[in-house]
Amino acid sequence: MTRPPEDPVLAIRGLRTEFRSGRTWYPAVRGLDLTLYRNETLAVVGESGSGKSVTALSILRLLPESGARIAAGRIELEGRDLLRLSEREMERVRGDRIGMVFQEPMTALNPTMRIGDQVAEALRIHRGLDRAAARREALALLEEVKLPSAAQRMDEYPHQFSGGMRQRVVIAMALACRPQVLLADEPTTALDVTIQAQVLGLLDELKRSHGMSMLVITHNLGVVALIADRVAVMYAGQVVEEAPVRALFAAPRHPYTEALLRATPRVDEDTAALAPIPGQVPSIRAMPAGCAFAPRCPLRRPRCEAEAPPLHADGERLLRCWVRNEERIAA
Amino acid sequence: MNPVQTQGGLEVRDLRKDFRQGGLFGRARRVVRAVDGVDLAVAPGGSLGLVGESGCGKSTAARCILRLVEADGGTIRYEGTDVRAARGPELRRLRRRVQMVFQDPYSTLNPKRTVGQTLEEPLRVHGLAGGRAAREAARALLAEVGLGADALERYPHEFSGGQRQRVGIARALILGPSLLVADEPVSALDVSVQAQILRLLDDLRERRGLSFLFVSHDLGVVRHICESVAVMYLGRVVERGPVRAVFDAPLHPYTRVLRAASPVPDPGARVALARIEGEIPSATAPPPGCGFHPRCPLATARCRQERPALREVAPGRAVACHHSD
Repeated sequence: MTRPPEDPVLAIRGLRTEFRSGRTWYPAVRGLDLTLYRNETLAVVGESGSGKSVTALSILRLLPESGARIAAGRIELEGRDLLRLSEREMERVRGDRIGMVFQEPMTALNPTMRIGDQVAEALRIHRGLDRAAARREALALLEEVKLPSAAQRMDEYPHQFSGGMRQRVVIAMALACRPQVLLADEPTTALDVTIQAQVLGLLDELKRSHGMSMLVITHNLGVVALIADRVAVMYAGQVVEEAPVRALFAAPRHPYTEALLRATPRVDEDTAALAPIPGQVPSIRAMPAGCAFAPRCPLRRPRCEAEAPPLHADGERLLRCWVRNEERIAA
Repeated sequence: MNPVQTQGGLEVRDLRKDFRQGGLFGRARRVVRAVDGVDLAVAPGGSLGLVGESGCGKSTAARCILRLVEADGGTIRYEGTDVRAARGPELRRLRRRVQMVFQDPYSTLNPKRTVGQTLEEPLRVHGLAGGRAAREAARALLAEVGLGADALERYPHEFSGGQRQRVGIARALILGPSLLVADEPVSALDVSVQAQILRLLDDLRERRGLSFLFVSHDLGVVRHICESVAVMYLGRVVERGPVRAVFDAPLHPYTRVLRAASPVPDPGARVALARIEGEIPSATAPPPGCGFHPRCPLATARCRQERPALREVAPGRAVACHHSD
């Protein structure tokens, strides 16, 4: 997609988020740069330990109060650094400027409250609507997220809905205050695939109709391929490759991105040679000195183990790999 | 129709399992037809994937085969033995021949026992080995699943998710089974670790000549590990056949929906996401006729009234749809 590069909605610069173990702080996110542009969907993909969910919690400032801290960096929402806001100001940003959808919808829903009232409450708090107007608007939102028979069902409780329908209610709540950014952390991971397809389709449609930007955090490369405009692949707390979605899947360049794709069994083609990635993600307490992927990398050279590679730019792609960068320069 | 006849493998015919819900405080009891007349067959050395979404009955069917829950009807035969009727020594022999691998081995491993104890105990209980011989068998098996001998003295919590699944597989193998029933064995694992476990299962099957019944919601995993597949919806098999044929050219409208909704890492294959309609109806009130008709683009009056039987439409290929004539 084409867009003016100077028009970011959300810009993360040099983010470093640390966790304490004993008396030492260890970084789970290590100097992260991410840019989310207007009207785009950026997918952040990675496995356990990649730092993707810590990144989401850092953006929302929802890290646990003790044992976790943002040690460095800026998180700018339309030019305003969220890390400098008071907790009170931040409360207004959460659910107001940034809508949130998480994996488990019940964590966002109050089990003792009718779903229509929950959406209406968000409208009263964030948009200052009166009771009657909030209820009308709540119904409109529930219809917009395609909750069947919304007018009748808005007076039911969360347990009366399926997982997919609960996630629709959460999405309606996230939309209530017309956010600029929708942050979705594994939004369909708990859902069956046919319901996942419906919810992803809905999110994509709403992003367009509301003119929002969407940051989708997922472990699933198939979900990325379905919904993203651009993709950032994270490994061990850093972006290792970032590219427009078609370029990334057509020609992955980072050895980790390639390895992930080769390790994924596909329903649409035979994967006779499913290639596991040897070893494990390094612990945050034992980060390799050089490239974090080097111990598992088939392309590893002495420099990779000695020196951490920076993110090199190559057109629309960013790549953190000494070997591939040298190949590119030589070509 | 009859499943493919197999000599000695697993044959399941007309399997039924109901669950009763409610009935407390004067409320009406409801019957959930979790498994509603399922036929399955796994030849010796063969591998069958059982796929479908939550509540389709795939896990319940697998549990009936292992007698972790007792079926309400139908027959299950394994290596010539009537599984449902087996008692005493016959049942003990079956337990050696058929073993299960679970999604989360942690929930089924005793946290207070070392891996060595967990592996050696069944050998003693079944009178197969004790003392040093049992320890030696456990050590050899750990090596076979890719764990070092040091694992013998360790406890389940000391392992990563992937290693723990290796322990779960070792425990399933210790009695030398010929059939492994695996219920979502790689669903909780990261992709890179998942591939390690899938490769291990591939190797084990080849080396030991194991048969697999592989329950999974992930069609990609099933395509990789299984030769044939049965697709379940609301307690019934709606389509069955060789895995490639079924996934490359699905015949049942539900298989088509499931296949289209299964994400693949290729943005060129983006489907029209919003076209997939409706949710799975509750198994307490299944629709009359074909269970899929409320969501089916092809549904006609006949589909709303008459339940389609699973019929063979090509060698090895069966489908339960009035529109497959």
